[in-house]
Amino acid sequence: MGASSSTKSNLTALIQRNLSKIVVAPSFAASLFFVYGFILWTAYMAFSDSRMMPSYGWTGLRQYERLWSMERWHVAIENLLIFGGLFITICLLLGCLLAVLLDQRIRAEGALRTIFLYPMALSFIVTGTVWKWILNPGLGLENMMHELGWASFKFDWLINSDMAIYTVVIAGVWQASGFVMAMFLAALRGVDQDIIRAAYMDGASLPRIYFGIIIPSIRPVFLSAIVVLAHLAVKSFDLVIALTGGGPGYASDLPATFMYTMAFQRNQLGIGAASAMMMLATVMAIIVPYLYSELRGGRKNG
Amino acid sequence: MADLQQYSHGAGWKNAVLRGLLYLVLILFALYYLFPLFVMVSTSLKSLTEIREGSLISLPRVITFDAWTYAWNDACVGVTCSGIKVYFWNSVKMAIPAVLISTFLGAINGYALTKFRFKGANVVFALLLFGCFIPFQVVLLPMSQVLGKLGLASSTPGLVMVHVVYGLCFTTLFFRNYYVSIPDELVKAATIDGAGFFTIFWRIILPISTPIIVVSVIWQFTQIWNDFLFGASFSSGDNAPMTVALNNIVNTTTGVKAYNVDMATALLTGLPTLLVYVLAGKYFVRGLTAGSVKG
Repeated sequence: MGASSSTKSNLTALIQRNLSKIVVAPSFAASLFFVYGFILWTAYMAFSDSRMMPSYGWTGLRQYERLWSMERWHVAIENLLIFGGLFITICLLLGCLLAVLLDQRIRAEGALRTIFLYPMALSFIVTGTVWKWILNPGLGLENMMHELGWASFKFDWLINSDMAIYTVVIAGVWQASGFVMAMFLAALRGVDQDIIRAAYMDGASLPRIYFGIIIPSIRPVFLSAIVVLAHLAVKSFDLVIALTGGGPGYASDLPATFMYTMAFQRNQLGIGAASAMMMLATVMAIIVPYLYSELRGGRKNG
Repeated sequence: MADLQQYSHGAGWKNAVLRGLLYLVLILFALYYLFPLFVMVSTSLKSLTEIREGSLISLPRVITFDAWTYAWNDACVGVTCSGIKVYFWNSVKMAIPAVLISTFLGAINGYALTKFRFKGANVVFALLLFGCFIPFQVVLLPMSQVLGKLGLASSTPGLVMVHVVYGLCFTTLFFRNYYVSIPDELVKAATIDGAGFFTIFWRIILPISTPIIVVSVIWQFTQIWNDFLFGASFSSGDNAPMTVALNNIVNTTTGVKAYNVDMATALLTGLPTLLVYVLAGKYFVRGLTAGSVKG
């Protein structure tokens, strides 16, 4: 009995182990093809002479040279730095502030949290649409201020080449800051109460408890939030399209909209592919060290 | 909770003032976050003349649903003027299969990768996970080629495939992390009783997976419904999803700018995900932290 049943169970176990592989195989194959294969494909296209149609003549770094010699690409990069920098900083400050304020035994905390976070459920296109309407120089905010009696109020950022990118910051912060608040609030709730109590007994004031103890102890959340926000910033596409369309002209272009324009509207597949590779490199530079440290440091909050 | 109320050294009246200030600041922030929603709703209920005469924050004098019915039935997207209902249903037809397929695949992947681990399971998972982080611009060009070759260009099934493929890494991540915390003994006991891979999955694992299924469905639905990049790249004309149609309506340059119709359309686009958020906020936040911290 023992021998035959154990060979049988061995066999079953073997089949089950293989079943497990068979089940994962389609997803794995899809990932190899649609993620890794496509990245290699795009990487190759960036070295090719593709213009309107994909073509496979090797031109080396020619497309990258063309990309970096384009004024428009430099505008897109500069905008990404402005947008990314402000978007990340303001979201962090606002999110952190809101979390600390909400952490004071607030009545109706649930309702306030829901209000702060709901923009995150919306499509960036919806956000872009409504902010475009609010910020439009004719009937929007400017008109509202005039009606309220501030006759000299002028707000034309949406159609001002120098300022258009800042409207993207305004809308982006509105959408994502509540999410940062949620991350910080979850972390604040995890801070050890005994340490806080001890500090209080020593006569530390409230701001000192926050700046001296609580905020330093949730440092890892800052890192996570920065990575998430940076990732969002590099990928930002919809918001710019809906809000400014990259305009006026290409004044508020970001790399994502630049890539799309080159690939789908200007018949410059090679340049599009090269700019996509630059975006991938940027995201990897942010994500890979972060993931590495997360995985090495062990799973703490996952 | 930091609960610092009990830790304040100050006098009673000073505390009361601080509390008042705290609530004031919080309410001001709440107004800031609600302002765009208020503007959307109130603008969508006004007539165009009232919009031109009134101000952004004024309430509609006469409430009219004309903009909503016009947006739903008659608004022009490109050259077709059959309202956004067509595109709304496009999005529904795209989102439902894509959400179900990607969630199911994620569940079975997560199960296989944790409860029937094979050599290299971690490597497979890490390789799958990478897909969450790529900027999708890097797959747009090859994808449009492949969709063309498959005969799926500008079609809803094509978009379903795209969303399944790039949603897989998130759903697998959700289910894998959930199943890691489920004791292996549960599976071992069932194996000894003679239950197989699929029996255990259907009978034991799936019934205890409800919370993570909800998280995955909500995350995927929000992502797919709100997607614009894939929709704009891989659909055209009458096949476009809702977000693409909204953008077309808003950015059309011909005719009179109907702000009330724009806002009604924007609200219709946002309603399904908002509804999900209000009804299942807890799960939405869980998905957001799990999906975004790691992706």
